[in-house]
Amino acid sequence: MSHLTLEQLNLAYGKAAAVRDLDLAIDQGQLVSLLGPSGCGKTTTMRAVAGLLPPVSGRIRLAGEDITTKPAHRRDIGLVFQSYALFPHLSARDNVAFGLKLRKRPAAEIERRVAAALASVGLQGFEARLPANLSGGQQQRVAVARAIVIEPRLLLLDEPLSNLDARLRVEMRAELRRIQRELGITMLYVTHDQEEALSLSDRIVVMREGRIEQDGTPEAVYHRPATAFVAAFMGYQNLLAWRDGALHAGDARVPLALPRHASHLAWRPEHVAVVDAGRGTLDGRVGARSYLGERIEFLVQTPLGAIKGSGALDSPWLEGTSVGVVLDPARAALIAEGGRA
Amino acid sequence: MNRLSKATLLMLVLALLFLLGPFVVIFVAGFSADETLRFPPQGYSLRWLAHVFTVEAFQRSLLTSLVVAFGSTLLALALGVPVAYALSRARLPGAEAVRLVLTLPLIVPGIIVGLALLNHGVLALNLPVTLSLLIGHTTLLIPYAVRVVSSSLANLRLDIDDAAVTLGATRLQAFFQVVLPNIRGGVAAAFVLAFITSFNQVPVSLFLTGPGVSTLPIEMMAYMETSYDPSIAALSTLLVLFTIALVAATEKLLGISKYV
Repeated sequence: MSHLTLEQLNLAYGKAAAVRDLDLAIDQGQLVSLLGPSGCGKTTTMRAVAGLLPPVSGRIRLAGEDITTKPAHRRDIGLVFQSYALFPHLSARDNVAFGLKLRKRPAAEIERRVAAALASVGLQGFEARLPANLSGGQQQRVAVARAIVIEPRLLLLDEPLSNLDARLRVEMRAELRRIQRELGITMLYVTHDQEEALSLSDRIVVMREGRIEQDGTPEAVYHRPATAFVAAFMGYQNLLAWRDGALHAGDARVPLALPRHASHLAWRPEHVAVVDAGRGTLDGRVGARSYLGERIEFLVQTPLGAIKGSGALDSPWLEGTSVGVVLDPARAALIAEGGRA
Repeated sequence: MNRLSKATLLMLVLALLFLLGPFVVIFVAGFSADETLRFPPQGYSLRWLAHVFTVEAFQRSLLTSLVVAFGSTLLALALGVPVAYALSRARLPGAEAVRLVLTLPLIVPGIIVGLALLNHGVLALNLPVTLSLLIGHTTLLIPYAVRVVSSSLANLRLDIDDAAVTLGATRLQAFFQVVLPNIRGGVAAAFVLAFITSFNQVPVSLFLTGPGVSTLPIEMMAYMETSYDPSIAALSTLLVLFTIALVAATEKLLGISKYV
């Protein structure tokens, strides 16, 4: 049985619907990411799980218990805020001890558990400092320690790394994964960064406009996007409609045989080869050429629209030359969807 | 630092003269040895400063003023701090309208507030004078409390109370343990500002004070109508010094100037 279950959840801010008929189940010990652009309902969903936003309708169950109407302060759900939300008037130690003091634990136990939590996030020696005197990364660690020290039944993280610089973000990503494994804690992780979601998650739930677009393993979401939206979000920059044995764009039509039915085909730029004119699937003219270190990316204007493809570092084609692009169905993501695109 | 131009310097001197001039006159006159109030005095003494403490009407009205200032300030904070907090959460519909209405007493002349309270409170409901003074001053002070506390709440990230709630605090505990400690400078500033405003209040009090119950500023006006001796200057000097001491002490303790 699932640890956290959301059933037909509807959420709204005032009259504006934010999340519609959401169904989601998370197993004990899993790290699941809610991934999507801002406004997709991922943070709203998380706030509802924490009890900070009452649902319009639907159920939330945690470990078999219906917590839909349970007050937030009795849910035992930890939350790491995007802004960390540390208490400015309390030292790092007292920030972490806050939840245990409310639970009226004995002083000796609080001291032991706070020390353990601070150690598990690798933050010793800063116990007496106020949040204002800690770096962003240290504040982040205090926020995580404060949330895990109460041994929550579920840990929610709201874009916890978005305020850190790139190097620290990668470091904290690994730290969070380690903490999650060590404590065996179930985590719901909200992010708009697909790289973060891919590297951290057991499962990724891609959201768009309050609904789930795709729910699957990082591999599935990355290699087999279910919708055009997910494909675009995952870096498939070339998206072409397909019907009746051909790719279509406006009046243009390029025949292409597929092993099975699809509504769209999507290619990453690195999976579209740029070749001499006449040797690819179709020809076009180089609109832009950018050096990307290990390859050269071309923006090729074709009858099907602009297509991004790649060539080796010794590719001779300059802006304005005619080239061919190879649209290989074997390297494409095949998307079969209804009306949406 | 740039050199001040002559025009700027002149403006500065004039501004200081207008601000401090009257106080200097009062201050000097307070140490007068003369029988009547005049400037500059013929001689200097502490006799009028001493005399202030012997006037029974001053003693009684000082007590009333302190009680009313203290009471109405506490009431205004008790009402104004929760309002400011609620407004800062700002998911309320009409928050702006509430904010606007709350500033009304700052716009409406005190005379009108006083008259309204006299007609509909003291006369219609037969309220005791001290109570009606308390109510009148509280009405007047709430806007100060809301304004000043709001500005200190604006400096505070308000997801900290959500954080406290997820850690097991009730909304009430979150407010008292997490929000309040972080706005105490603003609350102290509101307290001082409200207290001084009430203590120096004339228009509202003018209508509400009755026989036997009066506030110090009203009593001072009454005193001047009958006797024109330097004790008024002496008393004013003491009040100004008291106010300065109060502000300086809270500024030193809590750094309130950033909220007002």
